[in-house]
Amino acid sequence: MERIPIIKIGKYLLVTVQTDVQDNVALALQEDLGNRIIATRARLVLFDISSLQVVDSFIGRVIADIAGIARLLDAEVVVVGMQPAVAITLVELGLTLNGVRTALNVESAVAMAGIRDPI
Amino acid sequence: MTSNSTSPLVDQLRANYPSLLDSWIAGQKSAGASRPDLISDADLRRQCSELLTMLIEALASGETDISKPAWERMRATLRSVSMSRARGGWAPSETVQFVFSLKQPLFASLAAEDRAANSAVILELDHLIDRLGLFTADVYQQGREEVILRQQQELLELSTPVVKLWDGILALPLIGTLDSERTQVVMETLLQALIETGSTIAIIDITGVPTVDTRVAQHLIQTVSAARLMGADCLISGIRPQIAQTIVHLGVSLPDVVTKATLADAFVAALDRLGRHVVSNGQASASGR
Repeated sequence: MERIPIIKIGKYLLVTVQTDVQDNVALALQEDLGNRIIATRARLVLFDISSLQVVDSFIGRVIADIAGIARLLDAEVVVVGMQPAVAITLVELGLTLNGVRTALNVESAVAMAGIRDPI
Repeated sequence: MTSNSTSPLVDQLRANYPSLLDSWIAGQKSAGASRPDLISDADLRRQCSELLTMLIEALASGETDISKPAWERMRATLRSVSMSRARGGWAPSETVQFVFSLKQPLFASLAAEDRAANSAVILELDHLIDRLGLFTADVYQQGREEVILRQQQELLELSTPVVKLWDGILALPLIGTLDSERTQVVMETLLQALIETGSTIAIIDITGVPTVDTRVAQHLIQTVSAARLMGADCLISGIRPQIAQTIVHLGVSLPDVVTKATLADAFVAALDRLGRHVVSNGQASASGR
């Protein structure tokens, strides 16, 4: 089964979703990310979903869950580059990801995080 | 109408073609269904003669149901005439009268031959022309509806400009009543503009929105939430006192949404978030402001 790579850059983890994800891939990511956060003691996860064009309620749920899991492990998730169509869908599904930070692109996410916690 | 009765009729019509055409056009003029300001005599004549030829051709096939393939060309031409008239500003009655005014000359030419033998044919023809007239009216209506649809679409596009106020600050001045369809367009336009310009702050100005009900408020909240999901912040400005009252009376809450009274206030707040502020350069007061 394909897995979504989790890249460590300094104190950050970068997760880039490159294609539309299948349900089992999303679940695997949820698991992997928890393990990686513990292993690397990362405090911040940049979750880049700019290539994600289609979401359903399940994937929306997983994104929210990933943020929740990371928060429990004392890491913060910044959801980066959500596409308009995806944002509209999530809002219509009622998943407004309250408490999750968001950024337009990786650059601004790094800038946002950099102020608080430089690499 | 059987083929037996059709052939003499068709022959007769063919023989009387020029006088039929002339009296049809004259009939339209006397019925007030001709619009010299919209169509020239030559064009009208060409249209009429084309239709008359097709009518005779279709009759020659012996088919009396105008939905059948034999009438295909006739229908296509009538459709294009009717459509162009709907767009060109003809009245519906003028368009239908255009077809109905063919009855008089047709019947006159038939009655001139032999009254008794032709009464059945005349009745049949009468039905036929009625159906053609109704068809024309239907198409005319469709044409008008298309015009309305297109205008609605244009209005939608016109009414949702996204304005760049500063690097990283967009403004969306909303004018007119917000319904679901418009909000959808507004939302998509705004979100797309956020990505294209890389802006992190959007100001939604509702000065031009006459009323805010629960649904409009819900739409606004959705837009703000969607923008937030993409990593941008939304401010809402231009809430008039009456609208503020309505919102409170309706019990609608705008949670986590920053609201400002005017666009200027919102702009200052937005600049503040970007770590900028406006200062006087000391010359404005000298010029009397």
